[in-house]
Amino acid sequence: MIEVFDLKKAFGASPILDGVNLRIEKGESVVIIGRSGGGKSVLLKQLIGLLKPDAGRVEIEGEDIVPMDERRLLRVRQKFGMLFQGAALFDSMTVAENVAFPFRRRHDLTPADVARKVTEALAMVELSGAENKKPSELSGGMRKRVGLARAIVYQPEIVLYDEPTTGLDPIVSDSIDQLIMRVRDRLQVTTVVVTHDMRSARRVGHRILMLHEKRIYASATPEEIFASQDPVIRRFIEGVSDPKEHYF
Amino acid sequence: MNSPGTKWIAEWLGGLGRIAFLARDAVKSLFTFKVAWRDLSYQIYFIGVKSQSVVLVTGAFTGMVLTAQTYFQFHKVHMDTATLAVVGVSMCSELGPVLTGLMVAGRVGAAIAAELGTMRVTEQIDALRTLATHPVDYLVVPRLSAAHIALPLLTAESIALGIGAGYVVGVYLLGIDPAYSWHNLVKYTKAVDVTIGLIKSFIYGGIVALVGCYKGLNCGEGAEGVGRATTEAVVYSSIAILIANFFLTLVLGKLFQIL
Repeated sequence: MIEVFDLKKAFGASPILDGVNLRIEKGESVVIIGRSGGGKSVLLKQLIGLLKPDAGRVEIEGEDIVPMDERRLLRVRQKFGMLFQGAALFDSMTVAENVAFPFRRRHDLTPADVARKVTEALAMVELSGAENKKPSELSGGMRKRVGLARAIVYQPEIVLYDEPTTGLDPIVSDSIDQLIMRVRDRLQVTTVVVTHDMRSARRVGHRILMLHEKRIYASATPEEIFASQDPVIRRFIEGVSDPKEHYF
Repeated sequence: MNSPGTKWIAEWLGGLGRIAFLARDAVKSLFTFKVAWRDLSYQIYFIGVKSQSVVLVTGAFTGMVLTAQTYFQFHKVHMDTATLAVVGVSMCSELGPVLTGLMVAGRVGAAIAAELGTMRVTEQIDALRTLATHPVDYLVVPRLSAAHIALPLLTAESIALGIGAGYVVGVYLLGIDPAYSWHNLVKYTKAVDVTIGLIKSFIYGGIVALVGCYKGLNCGEGAEGVGRATTEAVVYSSIAILIANFFLTLVLGKLFQIL
């Protein structure tokens, strides 16, 4: 279970998050939506301790990770897998080496065990046979699949997705959505997806959280969000700009 | 109190402090975790073997020009055969380690900062952290250990080639007497000079790797950030080597005098 209490974060003089509270149950699939630059990725990175909040608490299974140093955080992070926006593959390694990376220091596994786990993870993301390719030889969608294989190969309890469909065409986006659902259902993991792709949000989430003006503005099922008559939520769903706001 | 000068000094001191913390983490990690031999041997290959050509050319031509220049001055007072003794002492305790350090700072310091900086802006460092791997264990320790091992070896090569090239220029080109030159070279170049040179180069290896890693791990966003980190890694490590050289010369000179 993930719980966030009164989380605050600013970069310089600009506050990004100002009193965020949320709770994500074990096995739940939650999508965080909100405007670009609204602090969704910043919030996600604070859930795994990649960024430290200025104030507030982040509890993973009841343990506050905010005061932890990097070494203690490494232990907590073993529960997490994360897919980054640009996949963040290690470009000096092959696909198989990337996916096998989490087992680098696992001396209880033989090379054959690691190879089998890599093959299974790549099969799950439908990339069997790509083991010896370099990340530079892969398309955007394939890179995200490899990133996902690397994030789930050690069977984490929680998987975080940072803008998983950004920059992909609708067909590849659809296949990534299906993968997220497959991983969620097969591995029974807690899923947190940050996106502004509303089609994706509707499909992969049990619950949608909307981040607006530095706080959680709404928390509801996808059906309730899409049926909402709240002007802020409606504008976001329909992609209509506010005439009073300056965007440039 | 908030003048640009004060701010600059505060930032500079802050940077020094952060490099000291990085060094502390790296030393702690070195004694706590096993270094992956594969990573270490690759870094020794990259820092040591691949730097050989540039270091050897620098060493050879420095030895040659130092011989020529010393000869032209010594010839006026009929001290031709002392030329190689000056070359030997200078190459061992000063020019060998400093020039090797500077050349490696240019080649390796820049490469480390660019590689780690690119990893940072493409979120590969964050990916490492999510995969329960500490960046210091995986990125800094192999590079720092490899630089500490490679620099003394490169310096030894540079010293040997510099003196050898100086001998060839002195004896065969400038016509200095070979027997007396060799005698004076051996007489005045002591083991302590070589030891001082190797201790210095060990320290310069640490400076190059630490500054390169620090600049890469803390680089700004985008291509501009990586470019700036690369430039700063070379400039700061070169300046640090030159400043450290002065203090090391004083401290080591005094220390070996006492011993």
